[in-house]
Amino acid sequence: MIPVNYYLALSAVLFCIGALGVLVRRNALVIFMSIELMLNAANVAFVAFSRQFGHLDGQIMVLFVLTVAAAEVAVGLAMIVAIFRVRASINVDELNQLRG
Amino acid sequence: MTAAPFITFAVLAAVAVASGLAMMLSQNSVYSALFLVINFTVVAVLFLVLGAPFIAMLQITVYAGAIMVLFIFVIMLLGGERLPAPQQRLRWQQSLAVVLVLALLALAGYVFAQGAAPAAVLADPQQYGSPAALGMLLFTKYLFPFEFTSLLLLVAMIGVVVLTAVEERRRRLPRASRRT
Repeated sequence: MIPVNYYLALSAVLFCIGALGVLVRRNALVIFMSIELMLNAANVAFVAFSRQFGHLDGQIMVLFVLTVAAAEVAVGLAMIVAIFRVRASINVDELNQLRG
Repeated sequence: MTAAPFITFAVLAAVAVASGLAMMLSQNSVYSALFLVINFTVVAVLFLVLGAPFIAMLQITVYAGAIMVLFIFVIMLLGGERLPAPQQRLRWQQSLAVVLVLALLALAGYVFAQGAAPAAVLADPQQYGSPAALGMLLFTKYLFPFEFTSLLLLVAMIGVVVLTAVEERRRRLPRASRRT
């Protein structure tokens, strides 16, 4: 059996790629996809620990993360569509109306 | 014989990391979405290896299926694949982001290297990860959170309808004036 550390390392690498995508990219859709990647990385860690300790609780957590991700994507994409109607752009650099 | 699981894991992890990087670096949003589908599928196979068949199927249907279809639908709706590459307003921010993410990765690696792996508990392979066992746990111990997710999905649905229904109201006005 593969040690749980390997899965945790993979989870960390995927999470860091997602974080880099959120920080570097300016396209709101790609930023959302990067957030999905980060949630997915957390799921890998949950399932790996679930396997390691022989409990199913980790897999239940993945179920809830999946639900939250679905809700988040639906609301987020609706917001992107609403913003695109007004600004005709999904570049997050141009959404600076709240700048104080 | 003992090398086979490691080779499987190495191949899956390499594809997952490569598709994640390709998703992040691709300039075309549609390619990004398709690379993310590859990533989700590979992670679903990892879940299968880890003894979570139900979660793996859920990953395929919900993530790689429903959520990514929604993504691609919105990309096509907005013409996101044809958007020109925007000029960077904060040039220093990109390099700073790379440095900070590498620092985060180093920190995570340090933490994982410090802690010894806890002893593996081998569960009953017949019961572990089966939909029946998962459902039993979901409807007893996690009944309240499960009910709460239905509320969350309802609120999200109402939110989406409210956010996107603006156009509909505007379109109805001239028709009413035409009638009078």
